[in-house]
Amino acid sequence: MTEVLSEQMGSGSHSGALLEVDDLHVEFRTRAGVAKAVNGVTYSVDAGETLAVLGESGSGKSVTAQTIMGILDIPPGKVTGGEIRFRGVDLLKLPEDQRRRIRGEGISMVFQDALSSLNPVFPVGWQIAEMFRMHRGTSRADAKKKAVELMDRVRIPAAKERVNDFPHQFSGGMRQRIMIAMAIALDPEILIADEPTTALDVTVQAQIMGLLAELQRDSNMGLILITHDLGVVADVADKIAVMYGGRIVENAPVHELYKNPAHPYSKGLLESIPRVDHKGQELYAIKGLPPNLLEMPTGCAFHPRCPYRRDNCVTDVPPLYTISGTRGSACHYWREVIDEGER
Amino acid sequence: MKASAESILEVRDLVKHFPLTQGVVVKRQIGAIKAVDGVSFDLHRGETLGIVGESGCGKSTLAKLLMALERPTSGSVRVHGRDITSARGAELKRMRRNIQMVMQDPYTSLNPRMTVGDIVGEPFEIHSDVVPKGGRRRRVQELLEVVGLNPDHINRYPHQFSGGQRQRIGIARGLALQPEIIICDEPVSALDVSIQAQVMNLLERLQNEFDLAYIFIAHDLSVVRHISDRVAVMYLGKIVELGRDAEIYDSPTHPYTQALLSAVPVPDPEGRETRQRIILQGDPPSPANPPSGCHFRTRCWKAQDICAQQAPALEVRPGSGHPSACHFAEVRDVVNAQ
Ligand SMILES: Nc1ncnc2c1ncn2[C@@H]1O[C@H](COP(=O)(O)OP(=O)(O)OP(=O)(O)O)[C@@H](O)[C@H]1O
Ligand SMILES: Nc1ncnc2c1ncn2[C@@H]1O[C@H](COP(=O)(O)OP(=O)(O)OP(=O)(O)O)[C@@H](O)[C@H]1O
Ligand code: SF4
Ligand code: SF4
Ligand SMILES: [Mg+2]
Ligand SMILES: [Mg+2]
Repeated sequence: MTEVLSEQMGSGSHSGALLEVDDLHVEFRTRAGVAKAVNGVTYSVDAGETLAVLGESGSGKSVTAQTIMGILDIPPGKVTGGEIRFRGVDLLKLPEDQRRRIRGEGISMVFQDALSSLNPVFPVGWQIAEMFRMHRGTSRADAKKKAVELMDRVRIPAAKERVNDFPHQFSGGMRQRIMIAMAIALDPEILIADEPTTALDVTVQAQIMGLLAELQRDSNMGLILITHDLGVVADVADKIAVMYGGRIVENAPVHELYKNPAHPYSKGLLESIPRVDHKGQELYAIKGLPPNLLEMPTGCAFHPRCPYRRDNCVTDVPPLYTISGTRGSACHYWREVIDEGER
Repeated sequence: MKASAESILEVRDLVKHFPLTQGVVVKRQIGAIKAVDGVSFDLHRGETLGIVGESGCGKSTLAKLLMALERPTSGSVRVHGRDITSARGAELKRMRRNIQMVMQDPYTSLNPRMTVGDIVGEPFEIHSDVVPKGGRRRRVQELLEVVGLNPDHINRYPHQFSGGQRQRIGIARGLALQPEIIICDEPVSALDVSIQAQVMNLLERLQNEFDLAYIFIAHDLSVVRHISDRVAVMYLGKIVELGRDAEIYDSPTHPYTQALLSAVPVPDPEGRETRQRIILQGDPPSPANPPSGCHFRTRCWKAQDICAQQAPALEVRPGSGHPSACHFAEVRDVVNAQ
C-alpha cells in the first residue's frame, strides 16, 4: 500500500484486526420482495492469516465479499447496517475515490467466475499491465515488464512469449493464475479469493492453492478464502466462519471445528462427507432444503432442518454465543452439540 | 453391492476422433482430437463403475458413445452381446431403452417450458408400448414418489424446484423405461454438500431396489469411491488404470493415479503439515496432439526412454493384481488417499 494511503488510513493506530466485518446487513430489493442476503455477519482477518468462509449456495458469502470490495450492485442491493473496518477505518463511510484506491492496493479479489471475467478482446498481458497504469500511472513499457514478471510469478510458462496472447489461448488453470496475477499486482494487504478453484481439476487446484499459500507467505497477506470444499478448508485455513441464511452460525479455529463442531449445520456438513470407513452405508444427509431468503424461517433459520430443534428455536433468534475467545456458535443448544464429544 | 459376474455391457477398443478442420469455405482436415482413444471394459449387472480423470480426458464423450448419441470412429459397445454402434432404426431404439443417462447440470438439462410430468413421462411418448396411455400419469407419479418428490407436484415447472430436486426429476426420467444401465455424468457436482448426500443415497437405494448398473462419472474422488465397486482412471482418451475401489485408492500403481489421489485435499486438518503431495507440473497436453508412447510421459516423474517409444498396454503387471498402463507400474503409498 502506498504511503499516502497508509497515512489516510491511520495505520498502526488501531487495536483490532487488519480487516473487521462487524454486524453487516445487506438486502436486495426486488420485485418479488426484500431478500435479506446478509443478516449480521461478523468476521475478521489479520495479516498473514487465512480465514475460510464456508456455507451453502446462496448463504451470502459472495455478497459479503462484494460489500467489502465496494462493488455491490446498488440498487437492487443496499447495505442496511454494520461496519467494515480496514485498519480501524470504516470503509462504508469513505468517499468513492478513496475506496477506489483501497480496491486493488489495500484489498483485492479473485472472482468466483474468474474464467469468464477476463476480457476476451484484450491480450492478458495488457490486462495485467492496466492495473499498474490505472493505479500507479506506470509507463507503458514498464507496466508491460511488470506484467511479464507477474506472469512468471504465477508460473505461466514462457511468460515473455505469451504476454500478448488472448485469454482463449490459455487453459482454465492458467486463466485462473492470470486472474490471481491481476489481484496481487498491487501488493494488496488482503486478498479475497471467491471459490478460486471450484471449476478446476484437483491437480490444477493443488497447483493454485500451493501458489496462493506461497504468495501469502512471501508478502504476509491476509487471505479470505470462500469455498464449499471441506477438503480445501482443512488444508489451508487458520480459522473458519460458517455461514447459513446470511449469518455466521459458527466461527472457530480450524482444528477445533473439524474435531468438535458446535453448530448442528457445521456438524451435519462434516458428517455428510463420504468417508472410506462408511462405504456401503447411507451417507449422513442434512434433510430438507436451504432457506428461501424472501421468507426466512422464524427464530433460528436452520430450525426446519435441525435434529436438535426445541420449541423456542422456532421463535427465538439465537445470538452468536461466545464459547471461548476464538469460538462462537449461533445455536441455543451449542453445549449439547459440542458435548457429543470429539469425532 | 450385489454385483454379479454377468456382463451386460462390453466395450472393446472404442475410439472417437473428432476431425480438426481449417478453412472457412473449403474445409480441410488438418488433424483429429483423439477424445476417446482405445477404451475397453466390462460392466456387470448391478455394479457401479466409477470413471475419473481430468477435464477433457474424454469421460463425457465415452458416455455419449455408450448411449449411441455419438458414432465411434472404431470399436464396439455390446449390450447383452449385441453391438449398439451398428444398430439402426427399431433395434437401436429398443437397445437405447436399456441405457439411460442422468446429466450434470440440473439447471440446464431440463426443458423449462415442460411440466415435471411431461419431462418424466416423455420417454413413454418415444417408447409408447412401455405403459399404455391411460396409465402414464399414474406411472409418472409413482416415479416421482420413488425419487422422493411429491407426486402432487406433477404439474409444476423445473424453475419451481431446487437444484437437488431437479436432479431427482432427471433421475425419475432416467428410471422411466426401467433400464438396466444408467450413465451418471457428474450427477452431483453442481449440488451443495448437504444435497449431494441426499442424491447419492437415492442413487444407491434405487440401485439395490432395481438391480441397476451405473457408470458414474465424477471429478470428486471421495464421492466416486463411496459409490463405486470398480474405478477406471482416464488420461487423454485412455484408461490408464482399472480396478476394485480399494485397489485404485489404496494401492494405485500408475503414476497419474498416484498424483491424482495425492492432490485430493483431505477433509481433516490433523497432520496437514506433514502430508506428502505430488504436485504435477503443467497442464494436460492437447488431445489433438498427444505425446508419443505413453500419453502421460510429459508430466511423469518416472519417464524413461521407452515411455516415448512404446505405448504401455493396460494389463496386469507384476506385484499388483489389477491392470495398469505403465511400463514401471508399482504400488506406492499415497499417504492421503481418501
Ligand atoms: N444482484 C443481486 N440481485 C438480487 N439478489 C441477489 C443479487 N446478488 C445476490 N443476490 C442474492 O443474495 C443471496 C446471497 O448470494 P451470494 O452470491 O452471496 O451467495 P453465495 O453464498 O456466494 O452462494 P454460492 O455458493 O452459490 O456462490 C442469494 O440468494 C442471491 O440470489
Ligand atoms: N463435438 C466435439 N467436437 C470436437 N471436439 C470435441 C467434441 N466433443 C468433445 N470434444 C473434445 O474431446 C475432448 C474430450 O471431451 P469430453 O467432453 O469427453 O471431456 P470430459 O472428460 O467429459 O471433460 P469434463 O470433465 O470437462 O466434462 C476434449 O478435448 C473436447 O474438447
Ligand atoms: S438454535 Fe435450535 S434450531 Fe437452531 S441450530 Fe440450534 S438447536 Fe437447531
Ligand atoms: S509408462 Fe513411463 S511415462 Fe508412462 S506413466 Fe509409466 S513411467 Fe510414466
Ligand atoms: Mg458465491
Ligand atoms: Mg464431461
